[in-house]
Amino acid sequence: MEHASARPHPDAALLNPIENPGRMYYYIVVGLLVIILYTGFVYIRQLWFGLGVTGMAQPVTWGFYIINFVFFIGISHAGTLISAILRLSKAEWRRPITRMAEVITAIVLAIGGLHPIIDLGRPDRISHLFFNGRLQSPLLWDVASITAYFTASTIYLYIPLIPDIAILRDRGVKPRWLYEFLSWGWQGTERQHKVLDRAMNILMVMVIPIAVSVHTIISYIFAMTVQPGWHSTIFGPYFVVGAIFSGIAAILVLMIVFRKVFHLEGYLKHIHFNYLSILLLIMSLIWFYFTFSEYLTGYYGHEPNEMRVFWYKFSGDFAPYFWAMIICNFALPVAILCNRKTRTIPGILIASLSVVVGMWMERLIIVVPSLANPRLPYPTGIYIPSHTEWMLFIGGISVFILGYMIFARFFPVISIWEIEEGRHESAKIVTERIASYMPDPEPSTAGE
Amino acid sequence: MKWGMVIDLQKCTGCGECAAACKMENNVAIVEQKESEMGRTMLWMDMLTIYEGEYPRLRVRQIPRPCMHCDHPPCTKVCPVRATYINEEGIVAQIYPQCIGCRYCMAACPYTVKSFNWYKPEWPPGMARATNPDVSVRPVGVVEKCTFCVHRLQKAKEQAKFEARDLREGDFQPACADCCPTGAIVFGDLENRDHQVNHLAHSPRAEKLLEDLGTEPKVIYLKEVD
Repeated sequence: MEHASARPHPDAALLNPIENPGRMYYYIVVGLLVIILYTGFVYIRQLWFGLGVTGMAQPVTWGFYIINFVFFIGISHAGTLISAILRLSKAEWRRPITRMAEVITAIVLAIGGLHPIIDLGRPDRISHLFFNGRLQSPLLWDVASITAYFTASTIYLYIPLIPDIAILRDRGVKPRWLYEFLSWGWQGTERQHKVLDRAMNILMVMVIPIAVSVHTIISYIFAMTVQPGWHSTIFGPYFVVGAIFSGIAAILVLMIVFRKVFHLEGYLKHIHFNYLSILLLIMSLIWFYFTFSEYLTGYYGHEPNEMRVFWYKFSGDFAPYFWAMIICNFALPVAILCNRKTRTIPGILIASLSVVVGMWMERLIIVVPSLANPRLPYPTGIYIPSHTEWMLFIGGISVFILGYMIFARFFPVISIWEIEEGRHESAKIVTERIASYMPDPEPSTAGE
Repeated sequence: MKWGMVIDLQKCTGCGECAAACKMENNVAIVEQKESEMGRTMLWMDMLTIYEGEYPRLRVRQIPRPCMHCDHPPCTKVCPVRATYINEEGIVAQIYPQCIGCRYCMAACPYTVKSFNWYKPEWPPGMARATNPDVSVRPVGVVEKCTFCVHRLQKAKEQAKFEARDLREGDFQPACADCCPTGAIVFGDLENRDHQVNHLAHSPRAEKLLEDLGTEPKVIYLKEVD
């Protein structure tokens, strides 16, 4: 097997980034490491001096950290949830997409899950959550659901990865011990395939309710208080919709990047982008519907405190962000994606990037205005994030890119065995399935 | 027993003595001017500026605002670690060594009464020695707020126990009530019919802040009647 990598593989394009990473890869890694090291320094400074180094104050006691927490966890819904839904609905075009989506989830969830800890005034007392935690606090529900989601989604990433690791092991890719260990003695026997399928089936059914619960519970952090703009029954589904929306946009951006960088035009075809972008379009409309109902009911209720927050967003200090959000999340993507002429790859890239930015602004608009408008007449300043908060945001994104690059360096970002399986079997399976949808020939006419 | 406070706005002149007394009594940190301008002033007893009417009939007044010590506190519900809780005497208390500094209680409080130690609390030279030894100095990164001067209650209870008698009405008074020059702040047991607060709380002038939220505050304001 020593010389195996010399043999051309039908999916050589997928193995190429692992076998020949190239010099550019290392330059980017070093660049990211510099940013991350600096972010680490900034964070240690925050640990040393306290949260005073941020721009938060009273009454805006939650800022970038909580916004980014909600945002990153939202992006994480890209992955597991969408890949599980596509697998479960037997969408054949899912094959080159699922892996990428699952990796987003695992990495972003790790980053997002750390944000509440960054936000703590006393991170050294984090163990109090476990030893003195009180189940009545939505924060504890969050700890539980995010841990469950992280566990389920990493396993869900790993299980379908095993046959691919075995391919790399058999080709003698270095480091051999890594692939040897992670492939778990996969030989591709029929029994092993059966077990793998079963495990994947169980996981994808499990992962969907967990994923829905995660963002519902994040919304509960806000909705369980009595604060104007937060105390809303619609928040659970509204957050879940927003999460899936931003998640699809994030996958699309990554797919376009990988297609360009790794020359995957043969795998990620226009049809994949077309299908996913139509999904993005639908989510954009659903998102708008939720936003519309949320604000219209608030406006008609005309409760004075609610209205203060409402006008703060519509025409006050936050109006630029609010209207930018409407453009980024609704006007622009719908305009681009509705028209087949603009639903090209550059068009989809613009729409997806605008949705990612717009969804970040949505989180900003949810967190800050409610805090900035307390019920009692306090003097309120405006929240301006500090250098520390910006750096931790940029650092978080850098960790995501680096994490993704490291994954792509060692593992194929497109599932090789699932593509192979698709080539060999799915045509037959799909034909059979379609035949089963059709009305059976009537016995009487068949008899005549 | 249910400790409560009545603030008579007819008597209150808005002098701010209560806020100053509270700050000294409870070792509330004095933040730098720059920090204060950012909105990090720490006041357990704050003076709310209320504007009534419109020019030329505009009336501006300052009213004292301690923690409301709600019977249904929105803050204790959301605390993940029991760093804030309501005790059996109705005081919404803080446990500083328990607090992880998530500031969820601050976000949930409809009265916005809580303060956060953004930096390690510091006092100007000389003032550090004037801190009250009965009240713990908070570390950086925890939330704090008015406790109805619970340390004074502990002292009064000890004293009463030593003298083998029950707690009397005047035994336990928070610093703000003690210092009020016009006697506008009255403190006592809301459930005890002999206490003055019990009568005042049932006055037709009695009202509570944001009463419709159902938080059941135990700080009662007596509104002005001209």
